[in-house]
Formats: sequence, C-alpha cells, structure tokens
Amino acid sequence: MPVPLFAIGPAPLALESLVSAVASESDGVDPSTSSGRCGAIVTFLGLVRNHNQGRRVQYLEYEAYEPLALKAFARIDDEVRGRWPGMRLALHHRTGRLGIGEASVAIVTASPHRGDAFAACRYVIERVKQIVPVWKHEHFDGGDVWIEGATADPDDQAARAEAERIACA
Amino acid sequence: MRVTIRLFARLRDIAGTAEIGKDIPDVPPGATIRTVWTQLTGEYPGLAAYERSMSSALNADYARMDAEVHDGDEIAFLPPVSGG
Repeated sequence: MPVPLFAIGPAPLALESLVSAVASESDGVDPSTSSGRCGAIVTFLGLVRNHNQGRRVQYLEYEAYEPLALKAFARIDDEVRGRWPGMRLALHHRTGRLGIGEASVAIVTASPHRGDAFAACRYVIERVKQIVPVWKHEHFDGGDVWIEGATADPDDQAARAEAERIACA
Repeated sequence: MRVTIRLFARLRDIAGTAEIGKDIPDVPPGATIRTVWTQLTGEYPGLAAYERSMSSALNADYARMDAEVHDGDEIAFLPPVSGG
C-alpha cells in the first residue's frame, strides 16, 4: 500500500518510503514521463533537541488538530505548486510523546533542479511553523511548558512572504 | 442552538477540558464565533488573555471571529502554534 503524501499521527516517520512516494508520484500532466523529470530530491527531518532556551529537555509531547492540520498541509502544497510549478511534496508530522533525537516532521521535495527543491523544502518547514495547528508540550528538568510560536493565520501575506524570503535567501 | 467547542494545548489546560458541548440560549440572529468565545471566557476567565494571539476554526477550517455559527457546528480555539 503506498504511503500517503500528507499525514499526521503517532506513527514513526519513514523517510525512505516518503522519498519513494514522491519519486513515483505522477506530475498530473503526463504520468508516463513523471518520474524521469526529477533531477533532485531534497529531504528534511526535524528532530527533538535535548535543550531549548537554557532548559534541559526530557521529551516533547505533540498535540494536533488533525483534520485542520491536513487541510493546512494541502494549502502549503498549493502554495508550493503555485510558486514552483511542477514541484512535488510529501509532508508527515508526528503526534504524541517523542524522545530526544526522534524525528517529529519529515519533508520531501522533488523537482527538475536542485535549487528549487532546496528552496521549496525550506519554505515548507517555515510554513509548517506558521500555520499548521500543532503544539509542542515541552517536558524539561524541573517542569513543563507549552511552546507557543506564531498566531496561525493562513491569509497573512506578510508571514507567507517572510517564509518565501527565508527560503530563497 | 448547540455547538461543540474544541480547545487545544494551553487553552485546553486552562479550561481543564478538550471538548465542551454548549447550548447557546437565546441565540441572537447572526451569532458568531465571537459570541461563543465571549460566553466561554465568561466561564473560564483565564482564556481571555489569548484573545489577541489565538486563532479560531469553524468545522475544521480556519475562520474569522465574525464568522456565523449554526446548530451542530464545531468551533475550535487555537493558541499560537509550535509545530515542526
């Protein structure tokens, strides 16, 4: 059974199967020529770090509003395809308790040229941090805290432009 | 009118519950997400500090506070996100 391109849940991330899924995905134009068009696949794994803002982290618990997270993934995919036509994307995020060193997010981008694939991959992680309804509950030596980053607003064009600026720097 | 309210992360901790089934009595025509929020913060004053930083959703789609709500809707309030 093929791996879905977009998923969120407690299952451990499997980067290789995500790469395979992206590599074999039809480009929606001409399936017979799909896989041969790619000259580059870029992958990103986000890991649970053992320190944060001077605290010694023990583990993280990730919570998500899953149906909305999947819609946010689809929105990011639309944005990517609009900015980099023909780009293919896979994006998985984990939920639940994750220990130090475990992967929390996996991103795969594929395109004819490496520059676009690198830029799109960076863009996707920036947008994940801006608009995907996921929260880290950090458990550290001496306590716990909910991490709160960006106010999620998919229509905030300034935030989107900032993600693009970082991606294309 | 009855709606379901979903709360996440710290908002859930403050209220002490992830999901609230709520009857909104004497609904004025054109009740909005803000109507629901106002009633909620009346019951859980600790939530009010999030009014400027949170996001809201209606039936699992991002929605503005002035979006109209209807019987059976699911309304979610989301503190600033921290995925990745």
